[in-house]
Amino acid sequence: MTTPIAPDVISLRGITKAFPGVVANDHISLDIVSGQVHCLLGENGAGKSTLISILAGMQQPDSGTIAINGVPAAINSPKVAVDYGIGVVHQHSTLVPAFTVLENLMLGESGLMLEKKRAVERLDELAELLGAQIDPNVLASDLGLGQQQQVEIAKAIWKGSRLLILDEPTSMLTPQAIEHLAESVDRVKRQGLAVVFITHKLREAYSMGDCVTVLRGGRNVGHISVEELASYDEQQAQDAILSAMFGEDIATVGADAAELAGATAATREIQAIDLDRRAVRLSLAGVSSRGNSRDVEVSDVTLELHEGEILGIAGIDGHGQGALAEVVAGQRTAHAGRVNFDGEDVTRLGVRRRQQLGIRYVTDDRLHEGTIGSMSVALNLVVKRIGQRPFWRFGQIQRKAVDAEAAAQIAKYEIRTPSPATRAGTLSGGNIQKILLARELTNGAQLVVVNKPTYGLDLKTVHLVREILIDFAAKGGSVLLLSTDLDELVELSHRIEIVSSGRIVGSVANDGPGTAEKVGQYMTGAIEGVH
Amino acid sequence: MSDLLSAAFVTVFIATVIAQAMPLMLAAVGENIGEQAGVLNLGIEGVMLIGAYTGFIVTLTTGNFWLGMLAGAVGGVVGNLAMLVLNVWLGLNQIVVGLAVTLIGEGITSVLYLQNNAKSVTSLGAPPEFKIPFLADIPVIGPALFQQSALFWVAVIFVIAAGFFLSRTNWGLSIRAAGQKPSSLDAAGGSVVKIRSHAVLLSGAFVGLGGAYLALITTSTFTPFITNGLGFIAIVITMLSRGRIILVAITSVVYGLTVAIGPALQVLGYNVSADVIKMIPFIVVILTLIVFARTSVVPPALGTSYTRGAR
Repeated sequence: MTTPIAPDVISLRGITKAFPGVVANDHISLDIVSGQVHCLLGENGAGKSTLISILAGMQQPDSGTIAINGVPAAINSPKVAVDYGIGVVHQHSTLVPAFTVLENLMLGESGLMLEKKRAVERLDELAELLGAQIDPNVLASDLGLGQQQQVEIAKAIWKGSRLLILDEPTSMLTPQAIEHLAESVDRVKRQGLAVVFITHKLREAYSMGDCVTVLRGGRNVGHISVEELASYDEQQAQDAILSAMFGEDIATVGADAAELAGATAATREIQAIDLDRRAVRLSLAGVSSRGNSRDVEVSDVTLELHEGEILGIAGIDGHGQGALAEVVAGQRTAHAGRVNFDGEDVTRLGVRRRQQLGIRYVTDDRLHEGTIGSMSVALNLVVKRIGQRPFWRFGQIQRKAVDAEAAAQIAKYEIRTPSPATRAGTLSGGNIQKILLARELTNGAQLVVVNKPTYGLDLKTVHLVREILIDFAAKGGSVLLLSTDLDELVELSHRIEIVSSGRIVGSVANDGPGTAEKVGQYMTGAIEGVH
Repeated sequence: MSDLLSAAFVTVFIATVIAQAMPLMLAAVGENIGEQAGVLNLGIEGVMLIGAYTGFIVTLTTGNFWLGMLAGAVGGVVGNLAMLVLNVWLGLNQIVVGLAVTLIGEGITSVLYLQNNAKSVTSLGAPPEFKIPFLADIPVIGPALFQQSALFWVAVIFVIAAGFFLSRTNWGLSIRAAGQKPSSLDAAGGSVVKIRSHAVLLSGAFVGLGGAYLALITTSTFTPFITNGLGFIAIVITMLSRGRIILVAITSVVYGLTVAIGPALQVLGYNVSADVIKMIPFIVVILTLIVFARTSVVPPALGTSYTRGAR
């Protein structure tokens, strides 16, 4: 609540944290100064989240110290972090969906009784600070994503913070909501708080940050001070950050480096095709799904997907993408409407029949639904062909055939595994994703549904996965690409449909600049009302 | 027949409904507190029996019903210690531990009873009555409602207090957060283990109290397996009540009605087999489940142990 007179400095010195098999933070040192936005930039797995968990008291460093204004601070639990005034907005929401906004904000208060009146007053104060309008009595689950984030920020600075940490806050926001967030961050900064802004997108670091620190492989590989950043023009800053981000890898990633790092607004990479001259491969007519889970179901979805086309499905996470993917794959029943594939009605066909026709599905839950962690890489590669020749004969598994297939796929998709017999669960997320793609795209695949195919992967694998999809489409395959990453959709799709609450609310042809904004407008309009 | 629907009959009927509903209500409130914090207590049947037996023994030896109720609550807390240590602290499977506690509670109380009490007459007699002035003089409902044991009123106050604490205090909010999304509670600076420990102990006290109420007031005695599945019905009621104490209370009274209706039918001259009468409450429970089970809402984190950092 109080505005500090001299700038607060939180200094991290030599922070090291190792997990089995990986050093997540390797002697990271940096200073966080109040009244500044300090951007932490780095790709997935660079150690950003671990560093934040340590600041938030969720994890303890193996070595290294944290000092606040020169006084050592042992942050050994989230409570201590809160007491020091360190507020974190985590990448995954920490709001309790079944609680109202007010209940969420009051959680963690001391004192016996819930003091609603005081809480409302405090919320009004913070809402004014953030420039947001927040209804205290609405359930957190009913908030749009942008609003949810405003509540999270209010919660983080509820008790009068000195440091606000935002962990990948823009990853699921529409362009419009990102703008709004930038304004709020700026207001918070002017109140004298220090802000740590974590992102893997270079242009956000440049536009929002006062200074930038780049992490790679758990190390602090580059720092651009306030003065330097102010003196650089955009191109200089971009070059400095890029060389720090990629190091020697910049040669392999090449010209795509800037794009992968989100330096510039995304542009379409895939070649245009004339949809009118391509046969319709998949069509959904008025499809509504029904399942037993709590997921949002799709309702009355109509869409068409042509040969060689990548059709993007944009939407906030959890708006029926999972159900849509499963309806196409045959894992969820469509209780209304028709699913046609190559002119044939497949609505009533099961998963295996559809697979034989060439419909494939790469799930977003690669660890649980997609692979069996305790089984070998080789078996995971053929697990969807159980009982089929040549891998099974007379009910007997044919080891040689399985191993030969595995060796071929491992080579083709550059799966990095010690051996085909290694348990799949021990591989990195990127390699597990390659297993899934290898398994689904072979043996006569015509159409592949991919759900969040690059989520949580390192940039090199992201690049590879996108190449695989583009290549598949170029050879005549059809791709239904469900993603929450707008940049990815813009780069890969020919057309983008926008899904909200299980319905298709708009369609955008990806044929020039401004696609992301148009998609964002549909998403914002459907979910958060008009601002 | 209409003569039988006299004031006296209605009075007895209402009193029976209440006597049958109260043990269940207390136990279900206890289960509810635990479940709101994310701890599924399948040991409730055993813990109720432990509460019933300790309450019975203490009242039998001291002659004091108040001490008996207190002992029942303490017995319930002790019974829930197993859940506390094994589930909350050590993170073992809640279903396995719960069933073990139920079996232990059933076994231990039966053995002790058969060893110590089976050979003597063991009715406790009537608990002290507590007449509320004026209200007790209202015909029919006066004697049924306002001439109850004082223990009844204490139980009612406890149930209301539980509802108040869950919905109006920071502590109650923390308990609900522990069952909804423990990681949020942790991130907000609360301790999931501490909050769940509170909830499990308080839950034990309520369940034990329910057991003691059953022994001391509803039946005035103890017999092995006296709960007869009441604990499991409490679990069902908790799930149907979506964490709302008022619904727990209402459904408990409905259960009391189904139990009381059998004897009433017989008094009214309908010749219904005693077996059928005993089945009524369970049939109602099953029918209720068939109709409502799909809409029952349990806390998302129910039955899971919490480890910081694991998603």
